This record gives sequence, structure tokens and C-alpha cells, in this order.
Amino acid sequence: MDFATSFALIAPELVLTGTGLVLLLVAAWCGDRRTQLITYLACFGLFGAGVLLVPTLHDGLVGPATSAFGDLFRADAYAGFAKALIYLGAIGCLLVAPAYFDRLKAMRAEYPVLVVFASLGMSIMVSAGDLITLYVGLELNSLAAYVLASILRNDDKSAEAGLKYFVLGALASGILLYGMSLLYGFTGSTSFVGVAAAISGELSTGALFGIVFVLAGLAFKISAVPFHMWTPDVYEGAPTPVSAFFATAPKVAAVALIARVALEVFGSQVDAWRQIVIFLALASIVVGALGAIGQDNIKRLLAFSSINNVGFILIGLAAATAQGASAMLVYLWIYMAMSLGSFVAVLMLKDAEGAPVESISSMAGMVREQPLLSWCLFFLMLSLAGIPPLFGFWGKFVVFQAAVEADMIVLAALGIAASVIGAFYYLKVCKVIMFDESKGVVTGKSNASHWAVLGITSLIISPLGYLLTPSLGDLADKAASALFLGV
Amino acid sequence: MIQTLSFYLFAGLMIASALLVITARNPVHSVLWLILAFFNAAGLMVLAGAEFIAMLLVIVYVGAVAVLFLFVVMMLNIDFAAMRAGFVKNFPLGLLIALILFLELFVGLVATNAGGIDLGKPDSSAAQPLGASNIEAIGALLYGRYIFLFEVAGIILLVAMIGAIALTHRQRPDGTRARQDIGKQIRRRPEDATIMKQPEVGQGVEL
Repeated sequence: MDFATSFALIAPELVLTGTGLVLLLVAAWCGDRRTQLITYLACFGLFGAGVLLVPTLHDGLVGPATSAFGDLFRADAYAGFAKALIYLGAIGCLLVAPAYFDRLKAMRAEYPVLVVFASLGMSIMVSAGDLITLYVGLELNSLAAYVLASILRNDDKSAEAGLKYFVLGALASGILLYGMSLLYGFTGSTSFVGVAAAISGELSTGALFGIVFVLAGLAFKISAVPFHMWTPDVYEGAPTPVSAFFATAPKVAAVALIARVALEVFGSQVDAWRQIVIFLALASIVVGALGAIGQDNIKRLLAFSSINNVGFILIGLAAATAQGASAMLVYLWIYMAMSLGSFVAVLMLKDAEGAPVESISSMAGMVREQPLLSWCLFFLMLSLAGIPPLFGFWGKFVVFQAAVEADMIVLAALGIAASVIGAFYYLKVCKVIMFDESKGVVTGKSNASHWAVLGITSLIISPLGYLLTPSLGDLADKAASALFLGV
Repeated sequence: MIQTLSFYLFAGLMIASALLVITARNPVHSVLWLILAFFNAAGLMVLAGAEFIAMLLVIVYVGAVAVLFLFVVMMLNIDFAAMRAGFVKNFPLGLLIALILFLELFVGLVATNAGGIDLGKPDSSAAQPLGASNIEAIGALLYGRYIFLFEVAGIILLVAMIGAIALTHRQRPDGTRARQDIGKQIRRRPEDATIMKQPEVGQGVEL
């Protein structure tokens, strides 16, 4: 093994590690006074790491040339696509954080450092070529996330969110590890290639149990039903910039990971896991849609919306074709823009004193006080519901198309039917902010950084986003081909 | 025969004590059961021929858990008088555990001498180099093949440390952090800190 080549392949991760360590020193010397500087430096580091991905993505590099450290790590186009999304999500969540925390006088120098390390963990996760790499990356991401959830340590809800996330995350890790140990025991290898080769013939019961446990552990991380219970509580309790982070980057990473494991490692045993994924997909869509209906807290509503969206993404995975994987990646990209945009819009809902407004009933008629913000939120909600002229429709369209072409017409039909239920609560929010009698609660001004992130995400989900489809589809196709080398 | 028997002995005791860890009401008892579970895991490792890992388990886990045990006792505000009152009642149980641990030593030794246990065939890609001892083989894998994961594990520990400090390090009410000011300490003169008194015979000092 050539270490120099390996280190060249992990350049984005090295940049992130360096950024994290240097920022930690800056934080130690300057304390909490220089948090703005640290935040912008962290964004810069993430951006730099993202720039290093461009050659991989542009040339669609796949195969042995991209594997580092004896195939422990894969810097292929698939990982590159997911990493680009992760870094963008992390930058978005960093940019909006200072203005939110400054009001509470709770901006900590550790916040950007932890976000950088969480992104490092996610980028290791999506590049995994070995079960141990998978677990190590997952745990690096989760540990940073537990702390981020409870970073407002004097706030009861934030502490509760952190504790809940920690306990359930530890349980999920246990389930995942148990599955991995079963797989190792029955295949004699931890590398993806080794496991895939060992299970390619007759599937033993032990290995089947391994597959089920690994998928269940990962389903916790993407919060697919029936492993979704923690999501609304954690998203509601965590500070809003942190919820925005949880709903975007770690979701992308975990979905990318579950797809890599399912298609690459268990690719020869599609029949063994397809029914599990189909159940997860349909249950997530239905529970996500029904659970959101009674919610008054907008953050809980968005949590159910993210459960709902994960279901649609899993439909692409259930197709188990290169087209399905590519559709999934396109959907992830659109989902990230919608989700980040909606959480930033929620961040900007403030009353006259600047205190955050989270209940939907107090948002009534806010179009009179905050016309621009209301229209952005209106379009974001319609896009999440998948109403045609907006870009959110395209994501659902490609996913259903992939399912239909894989002869899963029933699944696609059920998915479409359930998305109509989902549209109900998005439209309810639209009705409340646009047509209800004004309560005059949401009047607070917002920071320029919030407007910038909201503006960019709104542009992406607007019909202008369709200009991106050719290049996005091309990149996603190249990336998805990395998963189907062995077939 | 003895290998199989001792395998089931260690494995069975480990699962039983692991169950007791989570069912015991007294946290101190839980920790004790945890130590028993670790000892049994070490026994399994010895059976598999991984004596270095077995020693690590005993030294690191049991050693570290003993410290954890102390923290639990200090932090949970346990009534020591009530604990001592149960000493006579719990003495037979403690004696039983001690006896089991002692017996396991012998069983493990006899079983290893009888040839250890064969736990499946090793993965060829990670097979230990011929003639290398346990420690050498682990070292070669850890700092060669798995160096990347080893480094990432280091970052995980760093994140855990940042997290622990970020969540527990509090500011004082006056807004300052508890911080050592070396300059101030050196500037301090003996006259500022000490007073010379000449007390009368038979009388105390009034400060």
C-alpha cells in the first residue's frame, strides 16, 4: 500500500481535520470573543475541502484508483457527491448560527469546531469501504452531534434533546455493532468487498440477521419509521441552527451510507433487504404525513416532514438500480435545499423583542408584517409538498420514475397516494400564514446572513432550479455508477 | 472437552452478569457485576489465544471501572452507614463471586494448557504474521493496515473531550473563568500574605 497516494485521496478529510485543530487553538486563545471569526474560518475550511472534491466529481472517478489505505476508504464520485452536499449543508448551518446564539449570549467557540468535526465524521462515513470505517465515521459524527444538541446547556429543552439523542443514538450504535459482529462472524471479513463476496451465494441465517440488524441500526440514523421516535423531540428541543444541521447534513450522510451498504455490500442479496426497505419507505411516508397533522410547533412539523421525505428517498433505494440510486442522490440534493431553507425561515420568525416564534398559530396572517419571508416560506412548503412548478416536484418525479422502471408500480402508486396526505399539512401552514386573520406577532427583524441563506435556497427550489437538472442528473449518474461496479 | 466446557462457563457467566448489571438496583452492585462480566470476557479471550487482549481487558477495563466505581460512590450521595449495614447480609454473595473468580483462574489455565479453543478460521487478509507474538501482530496491524482508523479514533477521543469541556465548564458568577494568573502569584510579596505577631506569654493571637 502506498501511503502517499492514500493521503492524497483523503485530502478533503485532512483539510477538515487541520481546520478543526487550528480553530480549536484559536478558540482556546481568543475564547468566546472571536466566535464570528472562528465561524467564518470554519466555513472557509469546509469550502476548501469541497473545492478539493471537484476533480473527483467532474471526472466521475470510481473503482480501485479511488481506494485508500487498503480499501478502508473510498474517495469515489459517489462519496464525493455526498460530501459536497454535506459540506454545503454544514456551511449553511454555520452561517446562520452566530446571529441566533448572540441574542441568547450563548455563542460558543466550540460550536463551529464541533460542526467541522461532525462533517469530518460524515465524510468518513460516506467514504467507508469497511465496516470499521463505517462505524468510526458514524461515531465521530454522532458524538459531535450529541454535544451540539445540548449546547444551550442552561436550557432544559436543549439538555433534554441532547440526552434523548444520546441514549437512542447509543442504542442504535449497539444494534448496528451487533449486526456488524454477526456479519463478521459469518463472513470472516469486515471489508465491504470481503462481505459482499462471502454472501454472494446461499445466504446463511446468521448473515441474514446481520443484514437486518445493520439496516435497523442505520434506519435509526436516517430516522425512518419505526425508528423515528427521537426525531420530533430532538428537532424541537435542539437550538434551531442545530436542528437545521441535523435535518440536512447528517441525514444526507446516513442515507448515502445506507444506500452504499445495501447496494454494494448486500447487492447480491437484494431480495433479502428489499422488503425491509419498502416497509421503511411506506411507513415513513405515512407516519410522517399523519404525525405532522396535529402539530402546532413548526419545528416538530418539519421533523415529521423530514421523516416523510426519507420515505420518498428510500423508494429510490428500493428500486435497487443505478437509476434508483441516481434518483435518490438528486432527491437528496433538492431535499437539502428545501430543508435548510425551511429551517432558516423558521429561524427568522421572531416577535418584536427578537424571541423566536415556533407555534404555527402565532404565525397567522404574517404575510402582512413580513411579506418576503412569508412568500419564501410559502414556496418552501409547496416545494416540500411536491407541487409541480417548484423544484421539489422534480425530486419526487425522478424517484417514482425509477421505481416504475424497476417494475415496482404498486410501491410508486402507494407513495404518490401518501404524498397527497402529506400535502395537506404543508397547505395548512400556507393557509395560516397567508389567509388567516393577522395576530401581529411575527414582526422581528432578521440578520443579513439569514436572508442570504434563505435567498439562495429559495432560488434553488424555485422553477429556476430546473436549470440545474442536466448537470445535477449527470453528476448523480456518474456517482451512482460507483455502487454498481461488481454487478 | 474442557475447552468447550470452559467456553460455556465463561460465556454463560458473562451473559448472566451482564443481565445483572442492568437489573441491579444499587449502582455499586451494577459496577461489581460489570467487573465480573469483564473478567469472563478476559477468560474468553484467553481461550481464543489472545492473551494480550485478555490482559488489556483486565488492566484497562477492570482498572478503569474501579475508578468509575469510586466516582459513582462519591457522586451518588450513598448512605455509607446503610451500605455497611448490609455487609453481613451480602457477605455470602460477595464470597460466592470471589470464589467463582478464583475457580475461573484454574479452569482457564487448565483449558489453555489443553490446547485452547478454535474459533473459526481467521480472515486471510488480516492473518497474523507467522511467528509473531500477539503484541507484535496487533502492533503491526494497528500502525500499518489500520493506521487510518487508529488516527480517526484519536479524533473521536478529542471530540469527546471538547464535548465534555464545552458542556461542563461553567463561568463564575462574576463572569470570569477559573484561571491561574501566574504573574499575580509571583508578584505577591510575603508582607501581603503573612503577619508577624509577638504573642504575650499565656495569651493567644487575635487575628
